[in-house]
Amino acid sequence: MGIQGDSLVKDTRPVNLDIATIKLPITAYASILHRISGVFLFVAIGVMIYALDLSLSSAEGFASIAVMLDSLPAKMVVWAVLAGLIYHSVAGVKHLIMDMGYGETYEGGVLGSRITFLVSVVMIALAGLWIW
Amino acid sequence: MVTSVTNFGRNGLSDFLVQRITSVVLLAYFGWLAYVLVAGTDYGQWQALFATTWVRIFSAAALFSLIFHAWIGMWGVLSDYVTERLMGAKGNVLRFLLQLAIGAALFIYMVWGFQILWG
Ligand code: HEM
Ligand code: HEM
Repeated sequence: MGIQGDSLVKDTRPVNLDIATIKLPITAYASILHRISGVFLFVAIGVMIYALDLSLSSAEGFASIAVMLDSLPAKMVVWAVLAGLIYHSVAGVKHLIMDMGYGETYEGGVLGSRITFLVSVVMIALAGLWIW
Repeated sequence: MVTSVTNFGRNGLSDFLVQRITSVVLLAYFGWLAYVLVAGTDYGQWQALFATTWVRIFSAAALFSLIFHAWIGMWGVLSDYVTERLMGAKGNVLRFLLQLAIGAALFIYMVWGFQILWG
């Protein structure tokens, strides 16, 4: 604690805090999105359990989901939940593959992140088609 | 070794493993669910499916996995951002309270899920 803060040499170099000019590698975006989607899913799972509850409660409950899914806001919510689930899962599989020792280099990480984004975008688009 | 009273398995290596094992169970469950939904189903089939013992056990396994996975995952996020280093001593109190709230939400998810499956 504090060691990083109290440097021995007086440091007068300028600090760049203009976020718009900071460029991060693609691996950083893949990583933070996995975290954001994970936190999002913690909340979204409530919507999923609610839908499961309703769908199994009665024939009317099951039918009312279909009715609800005719409305644009509900479609958007379901799509957002699926998008979060798809991205978190695809990036999660990349995690598992790298944990097994494959692609643990910078180049491997960049390639893995590109594949993760590509596969996720395609699957999220397909999920959108399925909903509409 | 780093130990903490609020992580899941009391040490990071066990948390790491549990996080991975539960992620595979969740992946299998959501994959299966997607297959069922995309193939198309009606209320009768859906009801019958969730009345079978194996689907209930599979769902219960996914539910338990979710609880552990989300506890560990959210603990990791909280212990990165809601900390003494970033917020001072109140960071520890706030992190503990948030972890409690997360635990309560997960407990509700679990009870709710079991009620749906067996209620
Ligand atoms: C997965 C997502 C959702 C499901 C499964 C769901 C399900 C339902 C169901 C079953 C009803 C009762 C309908 C009835 O008995 O006729 C209902 C009512 C309602 N929902 Fe949703 N809903 C979802 C998302 C949303 C969203 C995103 C919104 C708004 C942005 C919304 C707004 C409403 C409103 C305003 C009602 C009351 C409608 C009425 O009583 O006529 N719902 N919902
Ligand atoms: C729907 C339920 C799920 C929720 C609520 C959830 C939530 C989370 C959270 C909050 C994290 C921590 C993220 C971080 O520290 O950056 C996490 C990590 C992780 N998730 Fe999930 N997740 C779910 C499903 C899945 C699925 C289906 C997979 C499939 C492979 C998965 C794979 C992983 C992996 C591998 C990690 C560890 C990442 C690391 O160690 O940095 N998760 N999850």
